[in-house]
Amino acid sequence: MSATPTHRPRAQDSRDRGGPAQPLLMVENLTKHFPVRGGLLNRQVATVQAVDDISFSVQKGETLGIVGESGCGKSTTARLLMRLMEPDSGSIVFDGDQVGDRHGISVSEMRRQMQMVFQDSYTSLNPRMTMAESIAYAPRMHGLGRKDAYDRAESLLSRVGLTPHQYSRRYPHELSGGQRQRVNIARALALEPRLVILDEAVAALDKSVEAQVLNLLSDLKESLNLTYLFISHDLNVVEYMSDRVMVMYLGRVVEAGPVESIYRHPRHPYTRALFASKPTLDPDRRTTEMPLTGDPPNPINPPSGCRFRTRCAFAQPRCAETVPILTAPFEGDSDPAHVVACHIPAAQAVQHV
Amino acid sequence: MSDITLDFHPASKAEAPAAPAPGYWKSVGQRILRDKVTMAVTLVLIAILFITIGAPLVTHYDPYYGSVLGRLKPIGTVGHWLGTDETGRDLWTRLCYGGRLSLLAAILPVTISLIVGGFLGILAGYAGGFLGTIIMRTMDVFYAFPSILLAIAICGMLGNGLSNSIIALAVVFIPPMVRVSETVTAQARNLDFVEAARASGTTTLQVIRYHVLANVLGPIMVYATSLISVSIILSAGLSFLGLGVTPPQAEWGLMLNSLRQAIYVQPYVAALPGLMIFLTSMCFNLMSDGFRSAMDVRLNK
Repeated sequence: MSATPTHRPRAQDSRDRGGPAQPLLMVENLTKHFPVRGGLLNRQVATVQAVDDISFSVQKGETLGIVGESGCGKSTTARLLMRLMEPDSGSIVFDGDQVGDRHGISVSEMRRQMQMVFQDSYTSLNPRMTMAESIAYAPRMHGLGRKDAYDRAESLLSRVGLTPHQYSRRYPHELSGGQRQRVNIARALALEPRLVILDEAVAALDKSVEAQVLNLLSDLKESLNLTYLFISHDLNVVEYMSDRVMVMYLGRVVEAGPVESIYRHPRHPYTRALFASKPTLDPDRRTTEMPLTGDPPNPINPPSGCRFRTRCAFAQPRCAETVPILTAPFEGDSDPAHVVACHIPAAQAVQHV
Repeated sequence: MSDITLDFHPASKAEAPAAPAPGYWKSVGQRILRDKVTMAVTLVLIAILFITIGAPLVTHYDPYYGSVLGRLKPIGTVGHWLGTDETGRDLWTRLCYGGRLSLLAAILPVTISLIVGGFLGILAGYAGGFLGTIIMRTMDVFYAFPSILLAIAICGMLGNGLSNSIIALAVVFIPPMVRVSETVTAQARNLDFVEAARASGTTTLQVIRYHVLANVLGPIMVYATSLISVSIILSAGLSFLGLGVTPPQAEWGLMLNSLRQAIYVQPYVAALPGLMIFLTSMCFNLMSDGFRSAMDVRLNK
């Protein structure tokens, strides 16, 4: 495995309607604000802007990594994509079809092609169901016969590296965290999805198990022609897994682009501060960037204009006035796919590391 | 991958299929069997059920046949080992037959409220939002009345009789039942595995049937068992006040009322129906406690 993009020619999938050039997932202006209620009559007193007007797309066969601090809206984005929450506004286009639209595809049809692996391997498995039951549940409900569903569950179990005759009849509390997460992956694959959202799927595992699961994910992607949306706060893991990376801060995308471009030449002051906090063992890659201090501002009342300006060393008056939009960086030549949301050219100075 | 002879090699032990550990309900059953108090009260309850349902097997008297000469005999009288009541009817017989109505009037309201209240509560807890608020606020209206007063008021409206007291108690028990099932359902709803099931594109009914119900029915049933102990006392109380079963039928609360006048003559005999009410109620209470702690044990312990 390598960190280089792997845009291989894909085997023809009958469900592939848009062709290879059509992004598998296109998200436009996705917004979710949570009302904060309180006071005498339970009135809305404030709004948490969990996800604010974000747009991105995921190409077929690639892995898009989403990084950011806790509370920046990564998991909310995942839940909005799965429609576990209703977005306030914005559109989701899956392989050319508008989700939930009369002429597009229904939410339940989209869910068959898009699956999710949760962070907590224990709470995401029903404690009353055996592993095989958990995996076979969705195919059975979608009309697969009992025998076929259990056969599929067993073959998926062996696919994720668990011997079926040993594990299929076990309950979640009898497995280790890594084994449970493998089962969760198997369950997500049970409907033969095309896109898998991995929401901090390896964050709760210890390092050696994490590496095994990451390798498993890479293998599965290769053999099943999957597309991943890989959400994590771990920069090293994202670098290892992703083809493209999207950096989020307080519900907005601040920078996006190919993984090498972003990791080699981070442009946004937030991204650079984030990378400065990344532990590295390589003396050549030590940065002199100031680490971030303080916590992100309260998303209930986010700063006007650029949301990062309150913690940014380069902030100028215009940062408070207008919201920066994602554009190519001001300085230096870089990959045209690399975009950054920042007003200040000086802040984007290339660092030769 | 392994030769058949390798099966005798110690290393192949690790590859042998591990016996599946007992399922959740099996392990709950094992813990209950090990719990001496719960087993003891369960046996007492089975004994009470036996003497009430099988009353003709344990006594040969007619519960309605009295004798003017044999009134208010003390405990230990030959032929009437628990004495006789104020019209000379054998008290042991009356207690056995009376238990039938007492238990029916106690268990049936809880069953009705379990079905109605459980349904409403799971609906409110899973749907949440507007529907949940409507259901829960309606239940809060019933909560405003003390339960025994509400039962008396409903019985007063409907008139006395066994079926009316059952309806009254069911109405009294529905709000707490709804509240308990709403709480456990709302908790279960936010667990990741329910979200994962929703994310798999299956219908709401399938998610509830396969993922929510199995995880909420346990706590709801435990609560229902503990309600039976309250129900026995309340239904006996209604009969005592003359709002439930009508004489000459045998029922523990009613017997307590009619033996009240004899309390100076035969205090021990007069206390016996009360003792039965106490014993049954306490046993249901302890049994529900035992079930709760057997089910409460963390699964991974």
